[in-house]
Amino acid sequence: MITRTKLDAANRAARSSKSQAPTSREIPSLKLQRRGGAQRGLWRFVFGASLVLGAWCLVLSSAHARLNVVATTPDIAAIAKEIGGDKIELTTMARPKEDPHFVDAKPSFILKLNKADVLIHGGAELEVGWLPKLIEQARNAKIVGAAKGEVRCCEGVKMLEVPEKLDRSGGDIHAAGNPHFLVDPENAKIVAHHITDAFVSLDAANREFYEANSKHFMAALDAKLAEWQAKLAPFKGQHIVAYHNSWLYFAERFGLKIEIFLEPKPGIPPSPSHLAVVMAKMKEQNARVVIVDPYLNRKTAETVARGTGAKVVNVTQFPGGVKGTEGGYIALMDYLVNSLATALGEKK
Amino acid sequence: MRSKFLKLSGVLVASVLAVSAVSAQETNEVEQLRKELREMRERMQSLEQKLGSIEQRPAAVAIMPPAANLEPAPVAASSWRPTDPVRAKRGGAYMDIAFDGLFAVGGSTAKDIEGGTQLGGHDPNQRGFTVQNTELTFSGAVDAYFRGQANVILQIDSEGESLLELEEVFAETTSLPGNLQIKAGQFFSDVGRLNTQHPHAWAFVDQPLVNGRFLGGDGLRNPGVRLSWLVPTPFYSELFFGVQNSQGETASSFRSAGGGHGGEEPEGLPFGYRHPDNDRGVRHVTDLLFTPRYAMSFDLTDSQTLLVGASGAFGPNANGSAGDTMTQIYGVDLYWKWKPTDAHGGFPFVSFQTEAMLRHYELGSFDWDEDGDLALSPGEVENLATGDPAVLAAETVTDYGLYAQLLYGFRKGWVAGLRCDFVGGEQGDYEKLDLALEGDALGRDPLRDQRWRISPNLTWYPTEFSKVRLQYNYDDRRGIGEDHSVWLQFEFLLGAHAAHKF
Repeated sequence: MITRTKLDAANRAARSSKSQAPTSREIPSLKLQRRGGAQRGLWRFVFGASLVLGAWCLVLSSAHARLNVVATTPDIAAIAKEIGGDKIELTTMARPKEDPHFVDAKPSFILKLNKADVLIHGGAELEVGWLPKLIEQARNAKIVGAAKGEVRCCEGVKMLEVPEKLDRSGGDIHAAGNPHFLVDPENAKIVAHHITDAFVSLDAANREFYEANSKHFMAALDAKLAEWQAKLAPFKGQHIVAYHNSWLYFAERFGLKIEIFLEPKPGIPPSPSHLAVVMAKMKEQNARVVIVDPYLNRKTAETVARGTGAKVVNVTQFPGGVKGTEGGYIALMDYLVNSLATALGEKK
Repeated sequence: MRSKFLKLSGVLVASVLAVSAVSAQETNEVEQLRKELREMRERMQSLEQKLGSIEQRPAAVAIMPPAANLEPAPVAASSWRPTDPVRAKRGGAYMDIAFDGLFAVGGSTAKDIEGGTQLGGHDPNQRGFTVQNTELTFSGAVDAYFRGQANVILQIDSEGESLLELEEVFAETTSLPGNLQIKAGQFFSDVGRLNTQHPHAWAFVDQPLVNGRFLGGDGLRNPGVRLSWLVPTPFYSELFFGVQNSQGETASSFRSAGGGHGGEEPEGLPFGYRHPDNDRGVRHVTDLLFTPRYAMSFDLTDSQTLLVGASGAFGPNANGSAGDTMTQIYGVDLYWKWKPTDAHGGFPFVSFQTEAMLRHYELGSFDWDEDGDLALSPGEVENLATGDPAVLAAETVTDYGLYAQLLYGFRKGWVAGLRCDFVGGEQGDYEKLDLALEGDALGRDPLRDQRWRISPNLTWYPTEFSKVRLQYNYDDRRGIGEDHSVWLQFEFLLGAHAAHKF
């Protein structure tokens, strides 16, 4: 490292002496023969000022060299924040309470993507309805086509419910599998690795910072995971009713069963006849908790809960989606585990 | 002399000494450099080792045993290695293929539905059933530099004839420097908002009247090239500049041969009461069609977005026989949408869209004595004042029009809409003459005369891949009268559903 800096300094000195030498000779010979001392001073001033300005621009641009990071959803953004800290400029596209399947492709996003050094997206078709058109218009080669700045979070995640056959008669399908994988903390660790890799390769100067943050986040997750699993362990095998099939990974991780849905098929609104079947199933399985994301219809959940004596619990997959989850990924998981443990633990 | 020699030898010795000292210093430097090189090599090796261990880390995460008190959950299965392929399937194809079928059924009190009450080439065109649009869409990345798209349309016209249209086929650059983008091929001109949208994305059964009159039943589209620049403003703004052919049936208002759908001459009299018989080809660059546009967008709040644009279309038209007639179209458009940040499946929402256009159209001078016999022959327009075939002088006519539509997505899958249409024009000199055709007096040009339309509708989207739409049209055409139409539209979509632009 020392040798590299020495060489660089030597090179810089050589370059600057070369570039300065001819200018100092040229200026007086070309211009100043016909002009007096005042002009000479003026030219020196202009020359000096432009040097200072140039140097200032360099300083400014290096000071502004924070990585420009765009994350599609708030959960991904929360992990990017853990690792990037104040060394990144972070933009989140979907709002915390927004339905991530149906974000409007606002033109302002084109601008954000155009300026991005890194785009972090789920990669499993969750954003398929809005992200591709934005990327097409963003004209930024840094974030497309397996460039260093394109982070596909799903890589390396064991995707569940990858359809054997692509057939939309079963409702909305995701060819890549169920895309709601980030509610499993083990998957959050994989995503954290991808993000760390991308940040390190694009901003090597802050490598130690990113790696330390990543290590710290992983350690915190490991410690918390044991705590969360212990909290939910007493409810192993119990049924929880969800509106949409977006809690599969959570259920698998914590030994719960989230298999009864208010939607008859993904993306198809609940019908009264389907809700009757749901209520019958709930009684049969002794399901006492119905969970609802902020963007889903809470009224339907309440109707079902009333009919079965169950409790409605507000949940979210995104930090900030429900009060008490604003703190980030770990705060979100804390909230989910605690509120579900409380609801499941209530006397029957 | 001797002292001189001594001096000289002294200088010589000194210089030899100096040179040897310099060379000794050089040898030292070489040694030093070698040493540094060695050190660097060692450093690189240790870095490589570190890198290797880092690369293996994700695997280490995946095989991390799940916490103690649970049996191994399948999510943490240890199978993933960095060399494994990504599990996201893309169907094995190099492009997305989609098929869209759009049909309508209904009726109208009007007898001239096709080209009369309904100006759009993909509007319902007769009482009973209409195959509005069946469209094959291919799209995907061409290579690392281009994206390609093709929209091929199959249609059955009111006569039962099958039509094939190459609606759009273009390639677009993906990573040009300077925030530029080039689109080349056959494509919809960037004039306003609706013109670039495919019928499948429209919120109404039919095309707005102002689009039908000014940009044509099939929309203004032609082979050409378009350059767009994402302007470095703090808000989104984009500058477009298109250059396209100005001839062909999809260049209405310009050198379109007939103006009717599928290339046929429209029934009745041609535009401005004179034939477009001066298709002079491209002799000069000004014989092409130019379409500049500037669009801006602002996020007013987290739940409200505004998109505004101004466009123009400039090119020659083929009207009359002078050979120097031009058309200018100016347009402004606005789109506003409100959608709460906790909307479910994109609902509820309210959106408002409006476009207004102004057209200056130069009509060429025209002599109706087409067979040159100096007397009135069948099919020729007569000037009742003289009894001879009419001779129409050159003039510029001005037309204007607008539509405004309000949509309210009141519950998931349900949208109520209301659209108001208005088109009109300033009376031209030729309309003030006493003209007649086959004994029938001609007054205002029906292709330029004022008309209103009000269209409420209700759409149900079972999913994003299908829709059923019921629409009522109240038409009021000056000189022709009122008409009522009811249309029921049905659409299905197979394959990939491309993401929509805002």
